[in-house]
Amino acid sequence: MEGELPAAPRGSSGPPAGDAGGDSPCALLPAEALALDGDEDDLEVFSKDASLMDMNSLSPTMPTSPLSMINQVKFEDEPDLKDLFITVDDPESHVTTIETFITYRVATQTSRGEFDSSEFEVRRRYQDFLWLKGKLEEAHPTLIIPPLPEKFVVKGMVERFNDDFIETRRRALNKFLNRIADHPTLTFSEDFKVFLTAQAGELSSHKKQGPGLLSKVGQTVRAVALSMRGVRSRPEEFTEMNDFIETFSQKINLIDKISQRIYKEEREYFDEMKEYGPIHALWSESEEDLADMLGGVASCLDRCCQATERRLCGLSEALLPVVHEYVLYSEMLMGVMRRRDHIQAELESKAEALTYKKADTDLLTEEIGKLEDKVECANTALRADWERWKQNMRNDIKSAFADTAERNIHYYEQCLATWESFLTAQSDLYAKEPPEDKP
Amino acid sequence: MEQAAPALERLLQPAPLEPLGHPDAGLEAAVGEEAEGAQDEEGPGDRTMTENNFWLKKIEISVSEAEKRTGRNAMNMQETYTAYLVETRSVEHNDGPSVLTDSLWRRYSEFELLRNYLLVYYPHIVVPPLPEKRAEFIWHKLSADNMDPDFVERRRIGLENFLLRVASHPILCRDRIFYLFLTQEGNWKEIVNETGFQLKADSRLKALNATFRVKNPDKRFTELKHYSDELQSVISHLLRVRARVADRLYGVYKVHGNYGRVFSEWSAIEKEMGDGLQSAGHHMDVAVCRKHELMQYDLEMAAQDLASKKQQCEELSTGTVRTFSLKGMTTKLFGQETPEQREARIKVLEEQISEGEQQLKSKNLEGREFVKNAWADIERFKEQKNRDLKEALISYAVMQISMCKKGIQVWTNAKECFSKM
Repeated sequence: MEGELPAAPRGSSGPPAGDAGGDSPCALLPAEALALDGDEDDLEVFSKDASLMDMNSLSPTMPTSPLSMINQVKFEDEPDLKDLFITVDDPESHVTTIETFITYRVATQTSRGEFDSSEFEVRRRYQDFLWLKGKLEEAHPTLIIPPLPEKFVVKGMVERFNDDFIETRRRALNKFLNRIADHPTLTFSEDFKVFLTAQAGELSSHKKQGPGLLSKVGQTVRAVALSMRGVRSRPEEFTEMNDFIETFSQKINLIDKISQRIYKEEREYFDEMKEYGPIHALWSESEEDLADMLGGVASCLDRCCQATERRLCGLSEALLPVVHEYVLYSEMLMGVMRRRDHIQAELESKAEALTYKKADTDLLTEEIGKLEDKVECANTALRADWERWKQNMRNDIKSAFADTAERNIHYYEQCLATWESFLTAQSDLYAKEPPEDKP
Repeated sequence: MEQAAPALERLLQPAPLEPLGHPDAGLEAAVGEEAEGAQDEEGPGDRTMTENNFWLKKIEISVSEAEKRTGRNAMNMQETYTAYLVETRSVEHNDGPSVLTDSLWRRYSEFELLRNYLLVYYPHIVVPPLPEKRAEFIWHKLSADNMDPDFVERRRIGLENFLLRVASHPILCRDRIFYLFLTQEGNWKEIVNETGFQLKADSRLKALNATFRVKNPDKRFTELKHYSDELQSVISHLLRVRARVADRLYGVYKVHGNYGRVFSEWSAIEKEMGDGLQSAGHHMDVAVCRKHELMQYDLEMAAQDLASKKQQCEELSTGTVRTFSLKGMTTKLFGQETPEQREARIKVLEEQISEGEQQLKSKNLEGREFVKNAWADIERFKEQKNRDLKEALISYAVMQISMCKKGIQVWTNAKECFSKM
């Protein structure tokens, strides 16, 4: 299961990530520093359960130490043994002569052997995240890479970097890195490791390695040519996948719109409610007989207003980000399908070339062999990742909505209690008054 | 000024009362009745029964139906309006069966006419209000549509309340015109107009606009006026906010309804989540609340009460004891004259003065009576107002509670569906 943050204070397992109690402030729980002794000579007491590993994992099972058991975060169904904890926080604005941008602190705690240390802290900007995503896509064209938050938000933003925008982005970036950390394959990517650990200078020099600009251009040109050609015979399972993705994308986009709209309406409701209690309080000042009752109503309304505020927070923390992430995921998925098709198209075009050219058949056959392997790998990778993704999607959507329902129930229960105690107080009053004389 | 006095005189006497089971008509008797406390509605639960001595029996009044009609108006143009069925029943014993004694159709303008008549002839009484002419506290982002069924329903209730309150008022219930309103459909308008009350209304307005102001207005009335000003502004504000709050809440529920549709469509492609999504979607649809649960008539009625009371208060406070200065009159007249002329003048003036003093005495007496009656009615009204408002606030709380319970139920069901997905 993918969680947002390690929220485990020392020695206890802590609350599940993302659950805000009734009165907690509207923010995510900050990560506590974990007590790692750095003692890695412990015997291997547990090893990762092989059944949790997907078939496509190319790396050997990593040994886990008891230390990582302490750091275990409790998730809903799968007691995953995480050994890599990442937080994104502390946005800072940087102003240079050329531009203004925001950097975020990326803090990592890990017990993995291949990391030089157990704690890292670096600063990254959005461009760096983009770079990482690009590298991962390049290396694993048919794996479902987690989505990044949008570059810009087009509609109605006066300031490019207002607080809400930054906070939403921060959360999404945090999610992005944690999803990579949870992915059985991506988590071992070298680029990922560099991203988490390299100081600023190291990162830029690392970025410069790899295929140069020209070769990238070449790749793009070929890609365009191939996409014009299209795929001749896509396997049935991937056509089904494609159809699913299309429908899913439609639906999740609608749900996203609906949820955003609900938030907006509830926000406006809250704004009106803020006035409602005080009016009754004001009224009670000019009354004698009614003053107490009006005061009671006023305080009920105020309490309901506060409950509404908490409900709003819940929406913006728990439901909206999840739904929106899956909107972005659906775009990602379409990209994945395209890339898979592209690989197959490459094979097909080479195979076609073989039927025409009589010379260089050996070379072509060799190339075709390699491409066939490539296609096979790509399809296998996608197949496995697809199942994993669907499972996660169901769980995430299910918990997000179940959580929302829970918060709503909580909200109504609070309001109910408020009004019921008001009524009880009133009937107590009446019980004390003598009955009126009736003719 | 001279003109104002006789008009006022006429105002203080209501139209001839039909002796209905009680021989005395007139203010004194009415005041006496009030003191005995011959009242009123039974209790909060039973709103259609009134215990007055209308026909020495209990009567029930209800405005039971509303119908759209088309007809020709005064300018011979076709118009559409709503007619309301007014039924009167009398009840022999407490729990006995009620017998329908009268039933006729009235439209809003006729109610208005009745009320205007009562306002003119009972200036010291707080006449119950009518429901608003147009939809004032607009919500659901609807334009003010007099044909909207919700509006018509609210109006129907308002009209019924109006009649019940008039019928339960110890003085108003005996008015002949009111009696005819309930019993005689045809020709009623003409009868009302024959009383000539419109003229009185006009001259009353003139009296109010008269240049001389009350010198020592009764403090109680000023305080009351101040209070009802404040109150009216608070309540209008409250009702506006309440309408907006209800509007927003309705919007929230409505948008939730969309989930239902999308979840259903989505369930078509999802084998594993399909059932859960569909049933959750169904629950979301139910979450759209019914409009009537968001409505609360009571407080709006109370607001209208107060609005009309304020208006009457203004009239009351300027209708209190008027003093006018005789001295001013006399000094003007002594100018350049012969002693004989002066003698004659003085004699006439003395007569006029003594006549005037007589008039002043009786006016003061009337004035004091007026204040006494008005104040008595205001006290009665205050009691009623407090009762009504308390009821309204409690029923608001009850409504909130039922909404919360419903919300809990809906979301508990939805949560279950989501968990099973």
